[in-house]
Amino acid sequence: MRYILLFAFLFIGNQSLVYSQNKLSGKITNEKNQPLAGSHIHVSNFFANADEAGNYAINGIPKARLQVFVEYLGYKTLDTILDFQGNMILNISLKPEISQLSEVVLKETYAKEKAQEIKTSTIEKYSSESLGDALKEISGVSSLKTGSTIVKPVINGLHSSRVLIINNNVRLEDQQWGTEHAPNMDVNTAGKISVIKGAQGLQYGGDAIGGIVIIDPPHIPVKDTLFGKTILNGQSNGRGGSLTSSLFKGYKSGWNWNLQGTFKYLGDFEAPDYVLSNTGNRERNFSGSLGYKEDNQGFSFFYSYFNAEIGILRASHISSTSDLIRAINSGEPQYIAAFSHDINAPKQELQHHLGKVNYYKLFSNDRKLSLQYSFQMNNRLEFDLRRGDDRDKPSLDLDLKTHTFNADFEGNYSEKMKYKVGISGGFQNNFADTDNTNVRALIPNYDKSDAGIYAIANYAFNEKLTLETGFRYDFSHIDAKKYYLKTRWTERGYDDEFSHFITKDEGQQWYTNPVFSYHNFSGSAGTKYEINGNLNWLSNIGVASRNPNPAELFSDGLHHSTGQIELGDLRLKREVALKVSTALNYTNEKFALEINPYANFINDFKVLIPTTILLSNRGPFPVWEYRQVDARLLGVDLTADYDFAKNLNWHSTAAYVYADDLTNDTALIDMPPLNFNNTVSFKKANWNNLVLSLKNETVLTQKRYPDNDFYVDVPSSGEPVSTLVEISRPPKGYSLLHFNSEMSFNVFYNSKMTIGFNIQNIMNTNYRDYLNKTRFYADDLGRNFRVQLKLNY
Amino acid sequence: MKTIKFLSLSLIATALLASCSSDDNSGSGPVNEEEVITTVTAVLTGGGRTITLTSRDLDGAEGPQAPVITVSGNFAPSTIYTGSLDLLNEAASPSESITEEILEEGDDHQFFFNVSNALGNFAYATPNDENGRPIGLNFTFTTGANAGTGNLTITLRHEPNKAGTNVSNGDITNAGGETDIEVSFPIVIAVE
Repeated sequence: MRYILLFAFLFIGNQSLVYSQNKLSGKITNEKNQPLAGSHIHVSNFFANADEAGNYAINGIPKARLQVFVEYLGYKTLDTILDFQGNMILNISLKPEISQLSEVVLKETYAKEKAQEIKTSTIEKYSSESLGDALKEISGVSSLKTGSTIVKPVINGLHSSRVLIINNNVRLEDQQWGTEHAPNMDVNTAGKISVIKGAQGLQYGGDAIGGIVIIDPPHIPVKDTLFGKTILNGQSNGRGGSLTSSLFKGYKSGWNWNLQGTFKYLGDFEAPDYVLSNTGNRERNFSGSLGYKEDNQGFSFFYSYFNAEIGILRASHISSTSDLIRAINSGEPQYIAAFSHDINAPKQELQHHLGKVNYYKLFSNDRKLSLQYSFQMNNRLEFDLRRGDDRDKPSLDLDLKTHTFNADFEGNYSEKMKYKVGISGGFQNNFADTDNTNVRALIPNYDKSDAGIYAIANYAFNEKLTLETGFRYDFSHIDAKKYYLKTRWTERGYDDEFSHFITKDEGQQWYTNPVFSYHNFSGSAGTKYEINGNLNWLSNIGVASRNPNPAELFSDGLHHSTGQIELGDLRLKREVALKVSTALNYTNEKFALEINPYANFINDFKVLIPTTILLSNRGPFPVWEYRQVDARLLGVDLTADYDFAKNLNWHSTAAYVYADDLTNDTALIDMPPLNFNNTVSFKKANWNNLVLSLKNETVLTQKRYPDNDFYVDVPSSGEPVSTLVEISRPPKGYSLLHFNSEMSFNVFYNSKMTIGFNIQNIMNTNYRDYLNKTRFYADDLGRNFRVQLKLNY
Repeated sequence: MKTIKFLSLSLIATALLASCSSDDNSGSGPVNEEEVITTVTAVLTGGGRTITLTSRDLDGAEGPQAPVITVSGNFAPSTIYTGSLDLLNEAASPSESITEEILEEGDDHQFFFNVSNALGNFAYATPNDENGRPIGLNFTFTTGANAGTGNLTITLRHEPNKAGTNVSNGDITNAGGETDIEVSFPIVIAVE
């Protein structure tokens, strides 16, 4: 009650409560005088983060000699003592930690707001959403959705197995091949998210055909400190919210630990005109770390657990082409019930454990050795609408265990040349628990072993020009055990080619043991050229190779959300992408612009293509097969930011990709249409950090798509009638308005509370998105009011 | 301040405890899916004759083979046929009947009958489901006065809206649900 009164008092704006004495303010920059937005400054128990321009201010510092710390990830921490006897201005220039290899990747930009990076304060806005939602902040990153809670990042038109997700330096292995499998991680564990739009991050893998998403945990400084935050979200659409809390403890002795947990509880979402039945979700996540740092060595343990239950729109679960036609023609969901918080089938239940331990040692001359072992265990249950004894059983139950070991070494060859080399090894086991499902396993049991080696060198010709080049080799071996229907085995033409895989005759099925090995090479070369203090130019060329994933090799069954039979092919080979990209960045005090055009040429691009119609007791089904085609994606991403008047800022992102299947001379399917986001913000620091912003999100109609419409005989008044199934034409474009506001208050002498209020889809616009798998069945989300309370302490 | 940090810590600990669960693995053999309906048989008896309609798809809906559809004979005009349906999974050995399961879960299932060219009319027969609504495992088919050819389509909907307008009269238009069976049989109505 005391607290509530205190909050109420602060709302009235009575600033005299703050017993301020001295003010410390200034600007934090790097050696090149570029602002280090988000850098952290502590004085005794007071702290602040630098804003976009690097400026910070701390009020209320008592008259005393106090220690001052200034920190920024990748830079040496500044530690000094100041005697506060009045207001002071301290401008700080941090020096980079030399052991960090400066990567010439397109994520390293100097734009006013780093265009390819999402910082903590932005991630916090997405606290009740997901990684995929947060990533849409970056131009050229869109999302592939199933409903509104299953969100996969799409980088320059590519997704799933083509996008690596590196969570805390561990490659996330969570059945990422599936378009309906969202990354199994809690966005609240991220301190910073960055995106590499290509193959440049060779230390993470050589198969980033689309790109890499890197999630870094928050940084804990080496000093005696205890800080944390709690974020509470409540929203109208879904009638629920989330609660996340984290605590960080650092000791001067070098030890540090952190604990974090998240709860999420949401019921059915609502479109403007109806309830989206069975779209609720739950999450219960936990993570913790323990670390120790000395001057020249350190280690850390990390564990995270992700648990989600996600309802799938009931109306999107179909069993025949007739059902699909009914859904498309009716224009509204075939199943609408009253709002409920309950989640029934169809649904997903997911669990992901990630544990890792790492150790590093620094040697003379800034050389560094890092060793890391990680273990991941992923369990995926998918429930369909079933009958009889199997009614409550999942239709899919996959356990995926992954062990990975990495050793990396970096150092300097000369003043101008740095290098990084590394090896990695991994073992993966997938177990399809068919005893639990009583459904033939779409993805079979398999063991997979991987080994990789890479080397990256970075050469600075002079102050302005840097070259980076790298090379990677990967070996991969997969040993699978799968049951095939004999009729399917023969239809696939496997009798001659793969008869040696058959190990047992099981009546109607063959028990087979497909074994494949792959040798892949990948590489990249890039330059960074500083034309002048405001303008720099990056360019990169990269080659990535990706092996067929389990779905591409082994699928053979009905996909309930699309009503299509999907068939893998054991003959599929690797796909190889050559991506050329360049980025031009211009930055001055008030204005920043980044233009990032690219061309991605992919040989043997694996894509589902409709081939035939299959007849059954459930009527006809279209059959889609994984085929390999040559693809070309040309695109451009734009980001602009402009402080056009005092306290007013305009931020804009736009992305376009023009993608073709060159083999069949048609457009590639599921490519994000031209989209723009424009935000106008009003910010006033001395009005309790008031932020008011209005955002327009515009997605145009995708006019380029392959025509996969097909005719089937569907009964009408008893007679089979040839009917066109129009599945190809993308939905109409849309334009949405969103409002966001926040204010922050000092609630205790060293705690800060931020209150946010936002409205998504203010106009309650009806729309459907081309990249949403439930677009055939229902409209997207209607208006949503959300309140966020954030307490930093 | 201390209180907040402590509360935060307890919250995290609760999340940790709430999150614990186990999952155990065991081996797996070939799966013979129980829900697969390989065979749909309609037996119609009337005018001293029995006509059997069969659609048999031994490799199931997901196998590449098309169902084999057979009709044992012609129907006679102006005749009342008493019909019954039987659904089997012949992929299992021994083969399993799905019919009983549908009867037990009658409120989640309904068959629909449609015949083209006005060759006749259908009516549901008992047993009904627990709400007194038709299931359709038993039915009558009354052929029209004229000879002719056309198609007889049998549809089974899973979790339909059985209370929908005209659904209990056999009109599929407002039935919704998911299609478990959709088979068309070519039929002939002829005078002997």
